[in-house]
Amino acid sequence: MSDALIMAGRSLRLSLRSPDALLTALLLPVMLMVVFVYLFGGAVAIGTSYVEYVVPGVLLLCAITGASTTAVTVCQDMTGGIIDRFRSLDVPGTVVLAGHVTASLLRNLVSTVLVAAVAVGIGFRPHSDPARLAAAVGVLLLFVAAVSWLAAAFGLAVSAPEAANGAMFFLMFLSYASSAFVPVRTMPWWLRGFARHQLATPVTETLRGLLLGQPAGGLPAGAQLAAALAWSAGILAASVLLSMVLIRRRTA
Amino acid sequence: MSTRGVNMSNELAIEASGLAKSYAGVRVLCGIDLRVPRGSVCALLGPNGAGKTTTVRILATLSRADAGQARVAGFDVERDRRQVRRHISLTGQFAALDAAQTGEENLRMIGRLAGLPRAAARRRAAELLEQFGLAQAAGRRAGTYSGGMRRRLDLAASLTGRPAVIFLDEPTTGLDPQSRLTTWRAIAGLAADGVTVFLTTQYLDEADRLADQIAVLNGGLLVAAGTATELKRRVAAQRLDLTCPTPTAFEQVRSRLTSRVVHLDPAARTVGVATDGSAAQVRALLDQADPGRDLVASFAVRGATLDDVFFTLTAPAPEAAHV
Repeated sequence: MSDALIMAGRSLRLSLRSPDALLTALLLPVMLMVVFVYLFGGAVAIGTSYVEYVVPGVLLLCAITGASTTAVTVCQDMTGGIIDRFRSLDVPGTVVLAGHVTASLLRNLVSTVLVAAVAVGIGFRPHSDPARLAAAVGVLLLFVAAVSWLAAAFGLAVSAPEAANGAMFFLMFLSYASSAFVPVRTMPWWLRGFARHQLATPVTETLRGLLLGQPAGGLPAGAQLAAALAWSAGILAASVLLSMVLIRRRTA
Repeated sequence: MSTRGVNMSNELAIEASGLAKSYAGVRVLCGIDLRVPRGSVCALLGPNGAGKTTTVRILATLSRADAGQARVAGFDVERDRRQVRRHISLTGQFAALDAAQTGEENLRMIGRLAGLPRAAARRRAAELLEQFGLAQAAGRRAGTYSGGMRRRLDLAASLTGRPAVIFLDEPTTGLDPQSRLTTWRAIAGLAADGVTVFLTTQYLDEADRLADQIAVLNGGLLVAAGTATELKRRVAAQRLDLTCPTPTAFEQVRSRLTSRVVHLDPAARTVGVATDGSAAQVRALLDQADPGRDLVASFAVRGATLDDVFFTLTAPAPEAAHV
């Protein structure tokens, strides 16, 4: 347990000292929000104000960009030789990864608050209460944990940090092909099935439900929440297992 | 073999027999035996791809051998992996440090992971930074260090948990001469503290200078083992260097002595042959090389260097057979 804390402290320090990664995690979502609200927003007619619609989606995108840098830091550890030092100190590989995921959770907590503050600044008005707000943060953090572990597994699977960067683009695609930015019903018919059921949609809709009072469409709130939790927990469990297998193979 | 080791204890810090390892069907280690007394410095010497890193990784519990046994610090590397890890440290070919943490933070982190309480880890870090001449740079990020400083920080990190056995995989590869010297001094300091050091190197002078005992690894096999002096004796006590006046003469001398040549320097037109140093043999060799008395301008008899040993022992089989 104390090893885990030491590793988390290390990862957090490394994130704080990597200004470009920090900037990507913080500025990219804010810029995307501005782009969506002011540039695309005018062309998107969905019945409600677009800023209300898009903010939960931007929070999701923010979580994805913030969590997927875990792939790069994990890959750096694997290629830089420090993993051997940790192993010769009897620190299990999984604990090293858990440190990076913990740092990712804290990083995302900060960036979420920042993005939410900017959102309020440009006209987002949540209709919520403290309990629902806390629940929204919980759902988001579980999602961040899942994406971070998935990114960690990706970082173990690729051989260079540059390639690990690709994790972000693949995961960002999930948010575009979901109800995060436009309603699923406006998409081509062959994409709707995927868009409606892949994890980004239930997570976004759950956030909408908790922040604005009701989901924008589709399934009832309870079903969206169940789907969001099931997706996140499932991906989390699968990624932890996968990364345990990969780190064993990588360091054999 | 090391007097220090014998005085301190008769126990062996490293004991391996029949270690073998293949990667993807390629045999990297073909069954090697090692015996390193406690408190001594052992160098595993060999060219690139000889299997040095594989050997270190197996002994440091980072890889499993396909066959054979090894005990390090008295524990089996297979069965008592955790105990072994508690008693060793490994410094690999890549500096295993966080570039974004300061030297002090790196050492403190390693100290905490090695089980030291917070305050003790801080003290130990300060101590080591002092010992390795890094006190001035303690608060700077390791990423800003020179190659030699980073290597020293890496060595300091290896010592944090006071290990009994230290593995150094090519500790001076890629360093400039000045940094090599300071790193050597640091390694010699470890040995003086009574720690057992097992290092790999492809530099003969490094092995000669640091190690009590040298094992020569080539193509996954140990081709020789002993002290530097013993190894030199194995090949030949002395070397007779014949320097020729012209490149043509050099070629002629070389072809007359083929089977005995242990050293060739075309630029200086020098051919070296093994000899026992006796006047009779030197005279005979001169007659053989230069019957017309016009091919050799000067000669010198000198003690064989480890280079001679190395090239003799690691030469491809047909050549080695001549010597």
